[in-house]
Amino acid sequence: MSIEIIDVGKRFGDFVALDNVSVSIPTGQLTALLGPSGGGKSTLLRIIAGLETADTGRIEIEGVDATRLPPQKRNVGFVFQHYAAFKHLTVRRNIAFGLEIRRRPKAEIRERVDELLALVHLTPFADRLPAQLSGGQRQRMALARALAVAPTVLLLDEPFGALDAKVRKELRDWLRRLHDEVHVTTVFVTHDQEEALEVADEIVVINEGRVEQIGSPDDLYDRPANEFVMRFLGPVTQLGGQLVRPHDIRIHTDSPQPGDVLGRVTRITRVGFEIRVEVATGTGEVTTVTLTRDALPTLGLEVGREVALRPVAGAGLTSPADRPALRAAG
Amino acid sequence: MADHDLTQPPKDAAGVATAAPAGFAEPAPPARAARPARTRSGRPGPVAYLLRLVVIGYLFLLIAWPLYLVGQNAFKDGFDSLRDVLSDPDTVHALLLSLQIAAISVAINTVFGVGISLLLVRYDFPGKRVLNALLDVPLSVSPIVVGLALILVYGGRDGWFGPALEDAGLQIIFSTPGMVLATTFVALPLVIREVVPVLEEVGDEQEQAARSLGAGPLATFRRITLPAIKWGVAYGVVLSLARSMGEFGAVKVVSGNVLGATRTATLVVEEKYLNFDKGGAYATAFLLALVAVASVIVVSVFRPKGKR
Repeated sequence: MSIEIIDVGKRFGDFVALDNVSVSIPTGQLTALLGPSGGGKSTLLRIIAGLETADTGRIEIEGVDATRLPPQKRNVGFVFQHYAAFKHLTVRRNIAFGLEIRRRPKAEIRERVDELLALVHLTPFADRLPAQLSGGQRQRMALARALAVAPTVLLLDEPFGALDAKVRKELRDWLRRLHDEVHVTTVFVTHDQEEALEVADEIVVINEGRVEQIGSPDDLYDRPANEFVMRFLGPVTQLGGQLVRPHDIRIHTDSPQPGDVLGRVTRITRVGFEIRVEVATGTGEVTTVTLTRDALPTLGLEVGREVALRPVAGAGLTSPADRPALRAAG
Repeated sequence: MADHDLTQPPKDAAGVATAAPAGFAEPAPPARAARPARTRSGRPGPVAYLLRLVVIGYLFLLIAWPLYLVGQNAFKDGFDSLRDVLSDPDTVHALLLSLQIAAISVAINTVFGVGISLLLVRYDFPGKRVLNALLDVPLSVSPIVVGLALILVYGGRDGWFGPALEDAGLQIIFSTPGMVLATTFVALPLVIREVVPVLEEVGDEQEQAARSLGAGPLATFRRITLPAIKWGVAYGVVLSLARSMGEFGAVKVVSGNVLGATRTATLVVEEKYLNFDKGGAYATAFLLALVAVASVIVVSVFRPKGKR
């Protein structure tokens, strides 16, 4: 394990930012810390980097106890949401900063910086000042600067949060490809579940200072540990008093099977390739079902039609705490 | 969902991705960021002209014209007054003494000013507001009060610990150290008031980035913080220098005003003026003003546009 976070707690006055958090972050993977704003994920990242100190608990990086180490002794690369570019230095000098601090020979620095400039596609901009770059370029420069010192771990704090949607998506794809090449243990903080699901090997869901669930993107999406994780990672709807993903409900107009929930279609909306069908069930709840465009005509759905609904096998919450509800509904 | 697009760009010999930069659709701003054209609506109206006239007239009558007259009076007899002043050893001594005192107190105020600014902006501690308020006292208290206060503390005969220092062979009042103290006191807030807003604007993310890249506190200060605040510091230094050169009241009280020993340039001006040596007074005053105006001009010329 590359980073061990053991029972870490942190308060800001009365506000509990982290409540005895323990996480193991595996070597060489891309891990996302995902959660709503103010949930403590950035604080955890800053504690790993040494930019904040934990009130309680320990941090180990590659087997070394780093709890009391100052940031400059931890050999981590940190990328800030707002780039933190050194405004008075050119792109080249920005990237070279960590190597200059380490007093590496000039020729080695030049070679390494050239390599990194090519890696982040900024070679033509080497002699510009950060003010002359776009946001995406600045963030790539910040990434190269963090990678220059060959960090043990690379930490990114909402790295794409300040960029517009299109650039954010490009950089996200590019970060994933970059990680497949460089293989440095990477932890990034995001509140965007799509970003985490798309980019990360492993996701740690953090809410109100606690870890809600740790797992692969598929695990978290298909087998959420609790209602919070389920709601945070994707769309949810109610069926028979149970939380289900709208695309995990089968809808049909044939004679109902035992266990089916009966209802009447109240609304059909098309959003691009997706069809949303709202069904008012006998118990008074409104269930949303999503279908693909092709499925609609074969089912012959229309507003007012009687339909039968059933969740697909394995859908819905399956944590022990929620199982009684599932049984009651079944 | 989790099926990442693993199509990798082709790699060159160094194992570095060579996908064209064109892969990023976001356009770079032009190399030289063009200043936007004036955004306020076209031609200034009559009110704007009137306001300009009032401001210019005000500054002219209050500052430019009187200062110009000092220069004019200094050169009333050609360069004679200036030559007389510069050939009088006591006046030259006074000018050099003023420069020396100003240089020392500017150095002290710069070091402590930057330090106190960092403390005020980057750290939270109890009593911060009190300290902040205290820092404005030197600007609000009359310099003559400063002089008297210093005598109460450092006075050789019955000051608070002046006699102890005097026994140790260190005379403060009626000597250069006292004059440096007085000058430093009155110019204390100037560097701080220039540097604090710059530090606040710059923020501490760059410093954190430097720390995470391996720079210790000293390297971070020298390589990141100082370049970021250098124009604020420069402007603070210029204001302090001008203020220190021109200090009169506090210095007059603590110096003893001994000719050729503790008489500074401002005291010479007063002395010459009261002794009806108007030419000498204006010439010395002109030299004093010259130092101040020259340093303000030098900084405004070298400061990059739009930077404070």
